[in-house]
This record gives sequence, C-alpha cells and structure tokens, in this order.
Amino acid sequence: MFKLIVKRLIASLPTLFGVSLVAFAFIRLVPGDPILAMFGERGVSEEMYLEMQANLGLDKPVIQQYFSFVGKAMTGDFGNSIVSREPVIKEFFARFPATIELGFLGMFLAILIGIPIGIIAAVKRNTPWDYTLMGTSLVGYSMPIFWWALVLIMFFSVNKGWTPVSGRISVMYDINRVTGLLLIDSWFSDEPWLAFKSAVHHLILPAFVLATVPLASIARMTRSSLLEVLGEDYIRTAKSKGLTLKAVVVIHALRNALIPIVTVIGLLLGAVLTGAILTETIFSWPGIGRWLVTAVEARDYPIVQGSILLIACVIIFVNLMVDITYIIVNPTLRDSNT
Amino acid sequence: MRLITFLISLFMAFNLSAAKKKTFVYCSEASPKIFNPQLGTDGATFNASSRTIYNRLVEFKQGSTKVSPGLATKWTVSKDGKEFTFDLRKGVQFHTTENYTPKRTFNADDVLFSFNRMMDKSHPYHLVNGGTYEYFRSMDMGKVISKVEKLDEYKIKFILTRPEAPFLANLAMDFASILSAEYGDHLAAKKQKEKIDMLPVGTGPFVFKKYVKDTLIRYTAHVGYYEGKAKIDNLIFSITTDKSVRTQKLKAGECHFVNEPSVTDIASIRANKKLKVISQPGLNVGYLAMNTEKKPFDNVLVRQAINHALNREAYMKAIYLGNATVAKNPIPPTMWSYQKATKGYDFDPEKAKKLLKKAGLENGFETTIWTLPVSRPYNPSGKKMGEMMQADLAKVGIKVKLVTFKWTEYLKKASAGEHDMLQLGWTGDNGDPDNFLNTLLGCAAVKAGSNYARWCNKKYQFHVERAKVSTDIGFRSKHYKEAQAIFKQQVPWVTIAHSKVFKAMAKGVTGYTQSPFGSDIFYGVDIQ
Repeated sequence: MFKLIVKRLIASLPTLFGVSLVAFAFIRLVPGDPILAMFGERGVSEEMYLEMQANLGLDKPVIQQYFSFVGKAMTGDFGNSIVSREPVIKEFFARFPATIELGFLGMFLAILIGIPIGIIAAVKRNTPWDYTLMGTSLVGYSMPIFWWALVLIMFFSVNKGWTPVSGRISVMYDINRVTGLLLIDSWFSDEPWLAFKSAVHHLILPAFVLATVPLASIARMTRSSLLEVLGEDYIRTAKSKGLTLKAVVVIHALRNALIPIVTVIGLLLGAVLTGAILTETIFSWPGIGRWLVTAVEARDYPIVQGSILLIACVIIFVNLMVDITYIIVNPTLRDSNT
Repeated sequence: MRLITFLISLFMAFNLSAAKKKTFVYCSEASPKIFNPQLGTDGATFNASSRTIYNRLVEFKQGSTKVSPGLATKWTVSKDGKEFTFDLRKGVQFHTTENYTPKRTFNADDVLFSFNRMMDKSHPYHLVNGGTYEYFRSMDMGKVISKVEKLDEYKIKFILTRPEAPFLANLAMDFASILSAEYGDHLAAKKQKEKIDMLPVGTGPFVFKKYVKDTLIRYTAHVGYYEGKAKIDNLIFSITTDKSVRTQKLKAGECHFVNEPSVTDIASIRANKKLKVISQPGLNVGYLAMNTEKKPFDNVLVRQAINHALNREAYMKAIYLGNATVAKNPIPPTMWSYQKATKGYDFDPEKAKKLLKKAGLENGFETTIWTLPVSRPYNPSGKKMGEMMQADLAKVGIKVKLVTFKWTEYLKKASAGEHDMLQLGWTGDNGDPDNFLNTLLGCAAVKAGSNYARWCNKKYQFHVERAKVSTDIGFRSKHYKEAQAIFKQQVPWVTIAHSKVFKAMAKGVTGYTQSPFGSDIFYGVDIQ
C-alpha cells in the first residue's frame, strides 16, 4: 500500500509540472497585463509602467519568471497577489473552506436525489415515469446555471422570502474563523443555534443550483447502469426464485450497478469546481471560484497560476484517495497495482 | 420554571439592546483591494477606506465639487501661487482599535508621514505593500510638490515647483487621506509595517472592525469623530458582485442601499413601494474619439461631418433608456467653467454629406469603430451603440466595420493609437476642469496614452496651460471656455452623453447626499 502511494505521488509529478506550465502560459496569453488592468481608462505613462513592471518582477524574461515560480512553488511559496499584496497560499486557504462546504453539500444533494431518480426510471422503464424523469434530467443537464440561479432567487428569495438572496450567513452574525466551515464555526458564535440556522438557510439555494448538473448525470448514469445489470443472468435467477422486485433491485442489482456510478461521481468533482465558479459568482459566495474569476479579470498572475496549481494538487490528492478506497474495497485490484 | 422566565427576560433584554443599535447594510459591488486609499485606484477601495476611515486636509463639500475645510481649518496661498500654508484642526482623535490605542491627537507629523510615504523613496513606509502610489503620481503630485514643511505642531506648508491651481482640489482626493504617524511608529516597532494598510487607523467617521475576504467589512461609528458621531452605530459592506443579485437583495430587504443598480432594474425598483431611487448627472462623459493622426480624420471637415451624421438623441432613448443627456462639451454641466454658449452639432445627414463632399470624399470611405467592451454608466452598451452608429454613418456613405477586444487589450491598443474611431468615456477625479480638458485632450496626454483622439492643438493647449497656473477662478473659467470653443470647432470627438448616476435604497434611509464623484458616503445617513 505504501509503495503504491509513493508510486502514485511520483507519477503525479509530470502532471503537476504540465499544469504549472499551462497555468503560467495561459494567463499570460490573455491580452492585457496587471498594470493596464489596474489603470483602466486612465492610462499609464511609460515611465510609471516600466517602474511598476520592475517592482512586480514582470520585466524579467518569461522563462526566468517561470522557473522562479516553479522553484518557489516547490518550497510552498506561491508568491504574493499583485492586487492585495498578500501571499497566494494564505488567500487560497482563506477561501477554500467556503468552496468545500458548498461543493460537498452540492454533491451530497446530487447523490441523494440523483440515485433514487435513476432507480425509479430504470425500474419503470419505458413508462411515462421514465420519460418524465429522464426528460427533466436532460433539461437539468443542459441548464444555463446563471439563468437558473437568478430564476430560483427571484422566486424563492424575493417572491416567497423563503431563502436569502446571497451570501453565506446573515451579516448580523459576527462569526470568528475556526475551521472556515460556517456549519461548524457558527456553533462558536454568540447565538449558536440561530447562526447555524442562518448558515444552513444560505446554503440551500446555491447547493441546489450547484447540484443541478451532477444530479442529472448521476440520475442518467444510475438508470443505464442499473438497466444493464437488470439484464444479467443472476438477476433473472433471483427473480425466478420469487424475490420481490424491491429485494432484487436493492440487494442484488444496485450493488453491482454502483461501481460505474461511483466512478462518475469521482469524475464529477471537476464539474463541481467549474460549476462553483458560476454559482459562487451569483450567490456572492466567497470561495475560490469567484476569487479566480476576479483574479483573471485583474490579470493577477501569481493568484491565477498559483491557485490553478493548488487546485490540481487537491484533485490529484482526491483521486489518490478514491483509488486507495477502491483497493481497500475490492481486494482483486491489489495485485495489479502494487 | 423560574430559570426559564429568567432566561427569556434576559433574552428579551438582549434583543432590546440589540434593537437600539442601528446597523446599516450597504451592498457594495467589489472587494476592496486594500484599506489604504494611497494604494488604490478603484471606487470599491475608496468607499471602503477614504470615505469611511479617513479624512483629508480639505474635503469636497458633501454633494458638490467645491473644496471645504477638513483636517485643515483654513489655508493661505502665496502670491506666486507656489506655497500653500494650512492651519490644522486641533483635538482630532484617531481611532482606537483592538490592537492600538492612540496616545496623541492629530498634528502636523501625520501630514508629513502621509505625504512623505508617497513622495520620499527613502521613507521607511515607502515600499511597504509594494507602494507605487499610482493615483498620486498619475495626478503628477510627485512633480508638483517640491517639499512639505512642518512650521509648528499645527501649521504645515506645501511648497510647489510650479503654480498649480488644481492642487487644492487634489488634496481633497482619496489618495491624499491622512494616516497616523504614531500608528506607523507603533507598527514599525512591532515589525508589522504591512499591517498599516490592512488594519487601518484613521480619523474618519467610522472605525474599521473586520474584513472577511470577499464577504463583508464591518465598521462601528467613531464616537470621538470631530464632526460628531455618525447617526448609525454599525456599518456593514456586504460585498455582492453581481448587479442583478444586488437589486434582488435590496428587494428582499437584505441591504438598505445598493451601489450601481443596473439601469434596466431602475423601473422595477421605482415601482416597489418599499424602495426609492435618486439620481443626478454624473461627473462623466461618454465620447467617440476620432484618431486625428490617421486619414481621413486629420481633416476637420470629416470630423464635423461625422458629428452631424450621428443621431445622438436616438442613442439616449435606446441605449441609456433616457437616463442621460446629450453632451455638448467634453465637461459635464455640473462643473464650473462649463461653456453654455456652445452650439451642438444637429443631426443632419444632408449637411454631413456636403461636408464630406467638400473634403473630397463624396463617395464616402471605409473605416472601423471600436466598441466599448465593458458596460459603463457613460456607455451602457458599446456594441448596441456601435450598431446604431454604423447605420447612421452608412446613410452618409461611410462604411463602418465594428471591432472590439477584451477590455485590457482594448485599452492597450487604443493607448498606442491603433484605432480609427473609438468609444470611450471618463469619470472625473477631482472636479477640476483640468482633469477633463487637459487629461483627455492635452498634448502631453497623447504620449501618456489618455488622449485617444491623439489631438494636439496649439491654441487649445495654450488656454489649458494658462488656466492651470492661476488660482483665480474667473481667470481660469475664461480660458477653459475658450478651450471648449476651440474643441467644438475642431471636434476631435463626438461628445455623446453625460449619464445620470443612480442610487437605490430602502424608503427608510434618510440623509444620503449623492456625491458628484460617485463615491458613497454614509456619514449623516440614518435609518427610520
């Protein structure tokens, strides 16, 4: 097991190297630069431009800038933001918990709703139930998130007043940061229960919006995977032995159908992060998605290249965890991997 | 049971005391970059720092562009216009925060500290937080100020290298805010210099409490504020980047006041009984610059023809939804020295054709218009305006191709003069006509890249420069009016619009005065 982890970590180095190169090049290929972005229509004189360039280290050859970035990144120093002057790593972890909280709940909702929908559609195959559920999930899958979020806000928040419009918690609660996860930190405030309730309240709508696309893919995947399994011989055997439909589906079919579903869920992690960019922007959710968007707008090179590299690390780490879980769950995978 | 009643009554008492405190929530549009206006260039940073936490030697009178006393009670200008002496206000308290308790009140050392930090490269704070002091320098202050001299504890003198009339107005600008020298020393001793811009201490109406990144900023009223404590007790900036979401939050009662509501939302806010909208013409201008370095725009007849060919009244309705007025001059009507006598160029395609014929272009020509890639109050939709301009110009035989780029690329290429015709605009900094007429149309601005018409006219330049060295408003006005007349005859731009600035708030908000500069000031604001 230990050998496997080491092997995997070494194998991830070229990936990280590639990501660092792409992240570094990508933001520099976007026209404009941080200094011009800062001045806008005011313009900037040549003299001041050159001075600021030198001040930010942008006057050095690009190759040299890249190697200094990679070299420092290896020691855990991702540089300082051009805009706020604070270390990128500090800024990243200030916002990361907000994204985790939202992403986790979004994924949870997607699984909680998506799998039962898929099961119903598979069991009631080719009935109006199936058509309605799969039709709806197709709509959900292709939903423009921005528009969808605004519609939900207008209906639930402004018209009905059931949920707050945006933010993570009511501004009336002054929460001190302990973990960065408000569902936990709210318990340390002056009014724990009310603050917690407010945090949950604020989470519902954005989590649901973020869940929309993964939910639809999970439902569709569950349906097709379950249908495939339901055609297998051992299912027919179970049925012929007189087991109820419920027992056949839940005990025999679903377990085996879950394997591809779990894989899809693992792959959806990337989709959740992309979805978070839009969702966070609309709901004023102070996570890394929205932060990255503002950083790209301001051409804040250190933030963009640093955070993309950090996100890649997180994804590689999660994938490694998923793989390890597989091996623990399924012993037959062990030999081939060690 | 007794315990429960006790708890309930305790809870009620707590609730009551909480209810007495007035908390004002402002839905702001972006995160501040830092809490020091010396280092900022954007409105979000200024609203969160200079207009809440800090004061300046002189202030813009609330709601106008006139300069009035601030931390300085009075001032005198020497005869040659090169020395400004200020008498400082006594007994002005700096904020007491969690980490710092001031031991003295405001004096001349604080003024020295604040200006020397920006001017003096060897000042211990000069390089802190990457200080390049963009705004200070882009107003040319580094070259204008030769020295700041402390005459005594409460008297300070600025010695200038040249007479510079807009100087006083510049001192009322955000970057000229006064920081505490004592706090600077306190942090230097703790080796935490960088905190001066993150945990700010000023003299202003609100005390900084806390900033939760991208989420909110908390302030409390400064009890010892020299003009008296603010009417609200707590001020919260709830950062909400999306325009339509801000409006939704206002409607849902999650904030009392929103910055920059979308023009398309104004009607629905007006229709809402719980909300109100106020507006005033902004200190701005939207224009179409013609690159006078390129043919055929070097010909004044062509420029005049284009001025006659565009139906600007139609743009007011279609693009500004009636929330702007056609601009006749490059400066807005709220500014002193505005040339009222100017006659506009009427929409007259026939006249345009005649002028083109006179210029030898009766068959028209092909060119491009760069359309503004971002939405600004002075031009909410560059693309739509471009299409309308295209149609108007086609009628007089000018074939236009519309071009656009990403914002920063747009500016970079435009500063380099790559365009033929270009949409852009300007929002004033200090309320001084120089800030429009010289910054946007002066000869030096061609090189600096902010004169997008790349127009350098000797006569015009003469008037603008003469006006700049005098402090006599009458004299300055005369020259600025002359300059505007030359502009109107030469028309390097088609002046398009001065947009109105809207502020939307809950009905119960009182005491808010709109600033011509667009900044949001909550001192004096109350909620019913």
